[in-house]
Amino acid sequence: MSTLQLRHLNKTFTPKVVPVKDVSLTVEDGEVLTLLGPSGCGKSTVLRMIAGLETPTRGQILIGDRDVTFTRPGDRNVAMVFQSYALYPHLTVYENLCAGLRLKKVPQSEIEQRVAEVSRILGLDQGLMTRKPGQLSGGQRQRVAVGRALVRRSDVFLLDEPLSNLDALLRERVRADLKQIFAAQNTPVVYVTHDQTEAMTLSTQVAVLNNGYVQQLDTPERIYNQPANQFVAGFVGSPQMNLLTLPCQGNQALLGNFKLTLPDLPTLPAQVVMGIRPEHVQLATANDPNLIRGEVFLVENLGMNHLISVKVPNANGEPVILRSLLPPHSPSSSELSLTLPSNAIHWFDPQSGDALVKRP
Amino acid sequence: MSLGSNARQPRSPHPAPTRSLTLTNILFGLAVVAIVIFCLAPVLWQVLTSFKLTEDIIAIPNIYFPTRFTFDHYIQLFQRQPFWRYVLNSTFVAVTSTITCLAIGAPAAYALARLHPRGSHWILAGILLVTLFPYILLIQGLLQIVQVLHLANNYLALIITYTAINLPLTILVMRSFFAQLPKDLEDAARVDGYTTVQMLIRIVLPLTLPALVTTGILTFIASWNEYIFALTFITEDTMKTIPVAAAQISGSSTYEAPYGPIAAATVVGTIPLILLVLIFQRQIIQGLTAGAVKG
Repeated sequence: MSTLQLRHLNKTFTPKVVPVKDVSLTVEDGEVLTLLGPSGCGKSTVLRMIAGLETPTRGQILIGDRDVTFTRPGDRNVAMVFQSYALYPHLTVYENLCAGLRLKKVPQSEIEQRVAEVSRILGLDQGLMTRKPGQLSGGQRQRVAVGRALVRRSDVFLLDEPLSNLDALLRERVRADLKQIFAAQNTPVVYVTHDQTEAMTLSTQVAVLNNGYVQQLDTPERIYNQPANQFVAGFVGSPQMNLLTLPCQGNQALLGNFKLTLPDLPTLPAQVVMGIRPEHVQLATANDPNLIRGEVFLVENLGMNHLISVKVPNANGEPVILRSLLPPHSPSSSELSLTLPSNAIHWFDPQSGDALVKRP
Repeated sequence: MSLGSNARQPRSPHPAPTRSLTLTNILFGLAVVAIVIFCLAPVLWQVLTSFKLTEDIIAIPNIYFPTRFTFDHYIQLFQRQPFWRYVLNSTFVAVTSTITCLAIGAPAAYALARLHPRGSHWILAGILLVTLFPYILLIQGLLQIVQVLHLANNYLALIITYTAINLPLTILVMRSFFAQLPKDLEDAARVDGYTTVQMLIRIVLPLTLPALVTTGILTFIASWNEYIFALTFITEDTMKTIPVAAAQISGSSTYEAPYGPIAAATVVGTIPLILLVLIFQRQIIQGLTAGAVKG
């Protein structure tokens, strides 16, 4: 139906408070773009600018080929699900669902038909329709909030952390439901979250935001496997990636008393940041490359795996700490031999934080 | 959630706890009775006086609980002076002041709560400051203004004054109410396509009703009971309000103290207020915002 485009968006509240510095994005029909980032990274402000609740200081917002940068929210034909659901407490569920349609003077027969369709998709049975939001459970309110956005059949579908008020079990179920709803919808969806699992499972594209800039815009797979910089590497993935600043000697980086071979680089750096996810650090067999030995000092049981912290001795200073995710039945000796597979290692520039090797 | 707990209840092995007469309960009951008597005794005294015969009123020793009742004082009250007229005057002045006060105060409070204008702290401090002046300090200045504007013996003199006096409270109460009203609701309404006016009328106003009723009743009571300004600005007999009229009731002869008619006037003047509070008490208590956001 339409494409959502953001061009060099900037929002400046005061010279010191600039939540969004320069954000450009394109979301095609049927795509789900997730804005992922820590709190205060500007993701909600971007969403509110798309909805029209904030006016950008600079930049352009296009829906299809309409420039809606300064259009009123009601005239943009966007629908939004709020984190607090924001259901009208004095109206019944049915009135909540059709409030937007009545304003647009949609004929009553069509309203009925659309509400019926949406309540079928969301499993809102007829008995709920005459209730007020105060009489609903958290999960039901959440579904009504999604329903109110769905009946609008808008050009763009926006969601602001819609799952953060649900308990863990319900969240997983609704996440799966949302994925199906997104798949059935042929509109651009923009989804804001700080939860990386939601970002990974729901989206076709993830934009990692920090400090008002897009750090990386990529598919979930590439965000996870090929982080563009140190921030993305550290933010995405749980348990967090090991990120160690290591001194270099020639084309080798020194991890404690052990040596890791650097990839081919145009210039040999004095220091690098080495990143490797705990799940990629494996128990070593006899002749693996990048072999290290260390002393186990902390074992955290995560159920599926054990997160093991290892102290690697360092002749030139403090011991280096490396975390490894190992299956629970692995040998529980106080010293472990581990290998760091070179294709799982990420190298970053310690100053800029950018990845040193750009992979295709 | 409530459904779940209901379903579990029949299986519960414990019977509902029976009420026992413990010392705490007795003391609590006594305290309640004592407070009620302390607060309502003067009211009860007035009510009883209004129904007593004149001999019983002035009898010594006092007759606290009369055995003979009469409606004479009420009949006299309406026969000797146009008391209906006074009720009407009071009603008109109080209703108009209340509506004006809400019409000015609510938008002002909304602007202060939502738009965060520069120096809103100073504005609030100023509003609070106004409420600190005793009426008696204001009366001379106001009287001069009333003279200059030729508003004496005009309902406007009272309406403007009552509106102005009650505005600070209205603004302060409404502002804190608007401040706790979730902003997401208004955002959702704007995304749904409501214009600002539609949003205010159809979404914000219904949710604000309890606060409007509460502050409205407070303003109404204050205007209804006000005495000094009404005494000073209005001299024309047909334009008096109830408090002034009640205070000026005279006996049938110079030597008769008109306790009975005054008590009757007090009761008549209080009934509308009691009715008002009874009618709107549900609105006052009702928490309409429940369920707006995750609770």
